[in-house]
Amino acid sequence: MVTFNLLILVSLAYVVFLFAVAFFAERRAQQGTAGWMRTPLIYTLSLSVYCTAWTFYGAVGYASRSGLEFVTIYLGPTLVMVGWWWILRKLVRIGRTHRITSIADLISSRFGKSTALGVCVTAFAVIGTTPYIALQLQSVTLSFDAFNGTGRADDQTLQYTAFWIAAGLAIFTVIFGTRNLDANERHHGVVMAIAVEAVVKLAALVAVGVFVVWGLGGGPFSTMALIDASPMADLELQTSRWIGITFTAAAAFLCLPRMFQVMVVENADERHLSTASWAFPLYMMLMSLFVIPIAVIGLELMPAGANPDLFVLTLPLSQGREDLAMLAFLGGFSAATSMVIVAAIALSTMVSNHIVLPIWLNAQKDGATVSGDVRHVLLRARRLSIIAILFLGYVYYRLSGGGAALAAIGLISFAGVAQFLPSLLGGIFWRGATRMGALAGLSTGFVIWMYTMLLPSIGVDGVFPQAWMEGGPANLHWLRPQALFGIEGLDPVVHAVFWSLTLNTAAFIIGSMLSFPSPLERLQGAQFVNVFDHSTGPRGWSQTGAAAEDLMMMAQRILGPNEAQQLFQSEARRQGKGDDLPDPSPEFIDRLERELAGSVGGATAHAMISQIVGGATVSVQDLMAVADEAAQIMEYSNQLEAKSVELENTAGKLRDANEMLTTLSVQKDAFLSQISHELRTPMTSIRSFSEILRDGVDLTRPERAKYSDIIHAEAIRLTRLLDNLLDLSVLENGQIDLELQSGTLRQVLERALASSEAATEGLKISFDAASAEDVIETDLDRLTQVFINLITNAAKYCTADTPELRITVHQDGPIRHIDFIDNGAGIPQASQSLIFEKFSRLSDQAAAGSAGLGLAICREIMSKLGGEVRYLDGSGGTAFRVSLPIGTNIAAAAE
Amino acid sequence: MAAPREPLFLGRDSYRRRRLTDAARLLPLVGVILFTIPLLWGERDGEAPSTSSAGLYVFGVWIGLILAGYVLALRLSQTEPGSADPRDDADKSDPSETR
Repeated sequence: MVTFNLLILVSLAYVVFLFAVAFFAERRAQQGTAGWMRTPLIYTLSLSVYCTAWTFYGAVGYASRSGLEFVTIYLGPTLVMVGWWWILRKLVRIGRTHRITSIADLISSRFGKSTALGVCVTAFAVIGTTPYIALQLQSVTLSFDAFNGTGRADDQTLQYTAFWIAAGLAIFTVIFGTRNLDANERHHGVVMAIAVEAVVKLAALVAVGVFVVWGLGGGPFSTMALIDASPMADLELQTSRWIGITFTAAAAFLCLPRMFQVMVVENADERHLSTASWAFPLYMMLMSLFVIPIAVIGLELMPAGANPDLFVLTLPLSQGREDLAMLAFLGGFSAATSMVIVAAIALSTMVSNHIVLPIWLNAQKDGATVSGDVRHVLLRARRLSIIAILFLGYVYYRLSGGGAALAAIGLISFAGVAQFLPSLLGGIFWRGATRMGALAGLSTGFVIWMYTMLLPSIGVDGVFPQAWMEGGPANLHWLRPQALFGIEGLDPVVHAVFWSLTLNTAAFIIGSMLSFPSPLERLQGAQFVNVFDHSTGPRGWSQTGAAAEDLMMMAQRILGPNEAQQLFQSEARRQGKGDDLPDPSPEFIDRLERELAGSVGGATAHAMISQIVGGATVSVQDLMAVADEAAQIMEYSNQLEAKSVELENTAGKLRDANEMLTTLSVQKDAFLSQISHELRTPMTSIRSFSEILRDGVDLTRPERAKYSDIIHAEAIRLTRLLDNLLDLSVLENGQIDLELQSGTLRQVLERALASSEAATEGLKISFDAASAEDVIETDLDRLTQVFINLITNAAKYCTADTPELRITVHQDGPIRHIDFIDNGAGIPQASQSLIFEKFSRLSDQAAAGSAGLGLAICREIMSKLGGEVRYLDGSGGTAFRVSLPIGTNIAAAAE
Repeated sequence: MAAPREPLFLGRDSYRRRRLTDAARLLPLVGVILFTIPLLWGERDGEAPSTSSAGLYVFGVWIGLILAGYVLALRLSQTEPGSADPRDDADKSDPSETR
């Protein structure tokens, strides 16, 4: 019979051994020779803090009550580990990149380093973990007690034991957990001790299992027969609990502060995760392999009423295998202590960083000016909080009386920390998650968890009176703690997890959508969610295949698929690589860069390639060269734009010219028909009267004379018409001979008036010749012709009842303007540009003798004389202005 | 002479690696499906397999997942070019690692 004292001795020896291991590891780490401690194996074993005394003792109890369902506690974490590529990889990367020290730190950092969130998560974590620590104390105490055999120790002794266990754990944790303030919060000694404990607990459980299956059960097959024959075979799997607890365990595995500590904070190398992804499920599988056989055989061999939570210990004891029992005791002790130590470290880090430090910094008026100050405060805060946390656990153990089944307490704790899940996952996968959303979700989840799970667990009439549980507070039926919203019949655990996490997630999402993040939050959010882009990521292998592939893709975009493929194929052939992608050798990259430069410019090609090939980053010079290229392109485009505007203007002018030509062509056609008519009219009368003269033998003399006069007049009219046409043609062809003469404007005008006297009968002409005394030297005859034309035009076309013509001369520098203004109707705007064209006539009025050539001739003459004639708009009638420089300008103009 | 193979125009190794990561992402989903299958057995009244065979199934799937995870983790670390993980560089440059 193992005496209690021997048990104490063995425990102490084991603790001393752990101290030695931790001390040794710490020493090695300080000497920088900790390489062998940073192996995937140690990392995997350290993850075993998940398997606490609950696993070691409680799983068997759980299995004996619910059958196969106990595995859900391990299936959840197995799925999380196997799916490491989704969440754990990202968590670990974020933890390493941002130097995250705890889950509270992660959530508070993600949401803009929010102090409120840090406090919240820390408080909830302490509340959620305290029952769990009590659970460990309880199981270790019970295991001590188990060695007393039938003689049960009184409660006083048990509490005494529990107290000393808590005190011993506090000492160990303070010594190794707060030895230093590592920037990364890594504790080599603790991790090493935990790894050793992991081996001990696995070995102990497997040893007991092997003893039970082969020693008591008679081999695997008969054990299986025993299982099917046991009361456990009648237990059916409950769908909601199976799924619900698997999910809760998976969530808790990610969110438990101690799991976060070993998985993320103590992680020394991301690659360890890939090993742990299969090795830790293997560990958990081995831990649970013998649970059901132990439970079944325990139920069969142990007396009714024996606590199934202690079968691992009591079964070997009852068979007289005290050595095995001792091993099992050490295994359970290891499981409990490792959990308590890591949980205390994780929680004390959170408490000191997120509660004590902010308070202390607020209290310090000057702030933390001396870094040693903070360090000192932090270390002391950590030590005190470790002691406080263990004391809390002890108090909870005292209060709860150590009566509840281990698994029930464990699940409450799991569901509590699972409330971190929405904020955690939302924080690392959703950039839209905000601080308000996280606060809303966390507080909603925790209130519901406390209301539906933690407080009812304290027992009927503990916190809630019986009437509340059955009828709801204040008879509000839908608020019953275990049947929210009137949904009855759900398992209490599933009910609590479902409602707390659903409403937690809903509040988190709605809160995030309705609020705005601060700038820091947005920055942190982007860095967390896109951690693989910001940190040195999987692009590291870009020196080989991936680079060639990226180059290929880029080349295809720029050169076109066929050209790019030909280029790569020829290079691959040159490198002797057959069908594969060519290596991005320097020659090939040079060649590719030249090819791309042809399409996008040298600097751009260089920048793009160096972006893909990596190594050489894009320099400022490269960027400036790219900018230069862009500037050149912009300049070229500006030039093109200017040219295009010019072209547009030219096209507009051409269009105008074309319109004018078309109009003239129409008028010319009209004129031709008219001139043929006008030529025909005198010709007809000439022909007919000459025929009368020829044939009329009996004509009287006066008749002859009359007919001859008619023929003569018509011939003159024809001649005049033809003269005009000839005149114009001569003028236009520049074959005119100008005869320079000198004279005053007055002389010329008077001559013109005299010449046109016959044609201007009935036209009242006023002539203001005051400033017409200047001597001009030009072809006076031609000038007279212009004046005559303008005067006779006024006589012909003025529509007024008493037509008047004013002729004024005024002076503008060396230019003389001679205006001919009548009181007629004027010329409409649209026709003003046409009147100077050949053959243009605005109406048929006074058609005889007018072929529409007069003004055209005037214009030609004036341009030959170095002046101009134009229509003068807005002078109350039809007005023409002849402008003429004094002095001689003819020579130049006539050239 | 045999007709030349259609060129793939991708890095075979890195392509294979990306498909491996796809498999790593898929594995937990496969696990979820396989672990929920025992729930379907109970629906046939009285026909549900015994606890021991249900246990064998669960542990069988468990071992299968572990093996698949092992193979994937092994292949993922093997397909990393050279001996060094790309993330290794990041670790090396982390000054806290040298402590």
